[in-house]
Amino acid sequence: MQLLLYIIQKEFKQIFRNKGMLPLLTIMPIMQLLVLSNAASFDIKNIKIAIVDHDHSQMSRELQSKFEASPYFIVTSEMQTAKQADMAMQNGTIDVILEFPYQFEQNLIKDGLVHLPVRINAIDGATAGVENVYITEVIRSFSQNILTTVSHQSGNQSSLLSVETIPSFWYNKTLNYKTYMVPGILVLLVTMLTLFLSAMNIVREKEVGTLEQINVTPIKKSQFIIGKLFPFWVIGLVVLTIGLLIAKLVFNVPFVGNIGLVYLFTALYLLLVLGLGLFISNNAQTQQQAMFVAWFFMVIFILMSGLFTPIDSMPIWAQKLTLLNPIRYFVEMIRMVMLKGAGLKEIQLHLVVISAYAIVVNTLAVLSYRKIS
Amino acid sequence: MEQENIIQVNELTKKFGDFVAVKGISFEVKKGEIFGFLGANGAGKTTAMKMLIGISKPTSGMAIVAGLNVAQSANEVKKNIGYMSQKFSLYDDLTIKENIRFFGGIYGLKPKTIQEKTIDLIQRLELEKVADERVGQLPLGWKQKLAFSVALLHEPKIVFLDEPTGGVDPVTRRQFWEMIDEEAHNGTTIFVTTHYMDEAEYCNRVSIMVDGKIEALDTPKKLKEQFKVSSMNDVFLKLARNIE
Repeated sequence: MQLLLYIIQKEFKQIFRNKGMLPLLTIMPIMQLLVLSNAASFDIKNIKIAIVDHDHSQMSRELQSKFEASPYFIVTSEMQTAKQADMAMQNGTIDVILEFPYQFEQNLIKDGLVHLPVRINAIDGATAGVENVYITEVIRSFSQNILTTVSHQSGNQSSLLSVETIPSFWYNKTLNYKTYMVPGILVLLVTMLTLFLSAMNIVREKEVGTLEQINVTPIKKSQFIIGKLFPFWVIGLVVLTIGLLIAKLVFNVPFVGNIGLVYLFTALYLLLVLGLGLFISNNAQTQQQAMFVAWFFMVIFILMSGLFTPIDSMPIWAQKLTLLNPIRYFVEMIRMVMLKGAGLKEIQLHLVVISAYAIVVNTLAVLSYRKIS
Repeated sequence: MEQENIIQVNELTKKFGDFVAVKGISFEVKKGEIFGFLGANGAGKTTAMKMLIGISKPTSGMAIVAGLNVAQSANEVKKNIGYMSQKFSLYDDLTIKENIRFFGGIYGLKPKTIQEKTIDLIQRLELEKVADERVGQLPLGWKQKLAFSVALLHEPKIVFLDEPTGGVDPVTRRQFWEMIDEEAHNGTTIFVTTHYMDEAEYCNRVSIMVDGKIEALDTPKKLKEQFKVSSMNDVFLKLARNIE
């Protein structure tokens, strides 16, 4: 025990003596959280919508003013014909065309139901999807009795889709993407920082030659490993705390659930990440090698985490692969707890999976650390 | 006491794939002697030494160090030995005091003992002024002397030195060997590899390794007589040439 303290003390001294380390631990997370959360947003604003009004009724004008009042839309109404509007979309000056058919108002009153054609530039499919939702929401708030007929146009191909959407936004009522992204980016930061630091750490001693000196001492494998990783475990939790503070103070992300659960999960999760870092470190000969392998894991973990692309829209085999991705569980857990207020019961499975995973990875890591060559 | 073997090596062999680095060497080292382990670069000195200190597994053969079989009780052996490698082995980003504290700590010395030893060691090496400086800023000669002293902190029975004086100026080398001599007088066995043949003269006995085998083993005086030359340097050259 005494022995462990000597190692931990030494590690902390070395970490904080490294000039680049302190900014890495404080400024980097703050900067990334501030920049990425604002940049990596699916929030779409300034949608350029052309409204072609063949009806010129009171209702069509009222609906038009609804769009004009929305902060998400920039309305262009000088187009007189559908052809003109189509040209403008072709040129890329507008994103959406909404056409009020002749006798729009009359039919709505008479039949109580009317179809409203909407054409969306769908070269960027994700954006088109969001625009569709926004438009439907504006129309629905105006009248429940208008059905939109949306046609997505991508390039020269156009496919006609008849959609009746009833969006309802739960847990994130204002559809604020920062609420959604900030916890996710925080997960990435915590993972990246701890993985890289631990992966580089033992290799560094290998490179410098001090590891050999350590191997000649009667120190036990477990003592050395725990002593080495414990400081990074603490650092991981500190970075999480900094990130949560920023989430609350800067982005005002709601904390619906119990914050203790987030810490409980992170404490276990960090064991897994550090074990992985150690495993990489043991199998690499240079810091460069360790860095590349760590990157390999990081890129796969990030892209398959469900953070930027929904897991549900991946092919089945990829969906199955994400079950091996620790970041996936962390992202799910933090969103569930922070935004939905999930309790211990709901995240039970996440905790079990991560704990089991941590045991496996750390066993491998300890086995791969050899004092004897 | 003269006759007690503290290191006993029997047919020790290390293969790396097809390459045999150490070819079944056998020798004994007596308690309290300065044993020079000589050889050209790549002769297998360092590999052989690593097997003795328990960080490299022999392909075959046996080594008994401080009365213990290295293969079976490597950790017990490690408590009884000190080691200083040709690569500088202290932490450059820690101060002199912190290095002493750390290595004392992981050998399980009591905090009080560490404190006493720190004061004593810094005084002996006359490092008072730089005790709180980082080791990385010290001149190489100072570092080596410090590393040697740190390797002795836990009062090992044997200390292994792997080319301890590489790259150090002659005056510091001289001082270094005085330290080694003093330690040997205190009863510590010194096992030292070097390729400075003048240093071999300071040893009680030397072995000369060529191509993974021990080609000669005796006191420097007897070796010179045997090869009918006047210096260890000539002994070495003669041996190396004969092999070629």
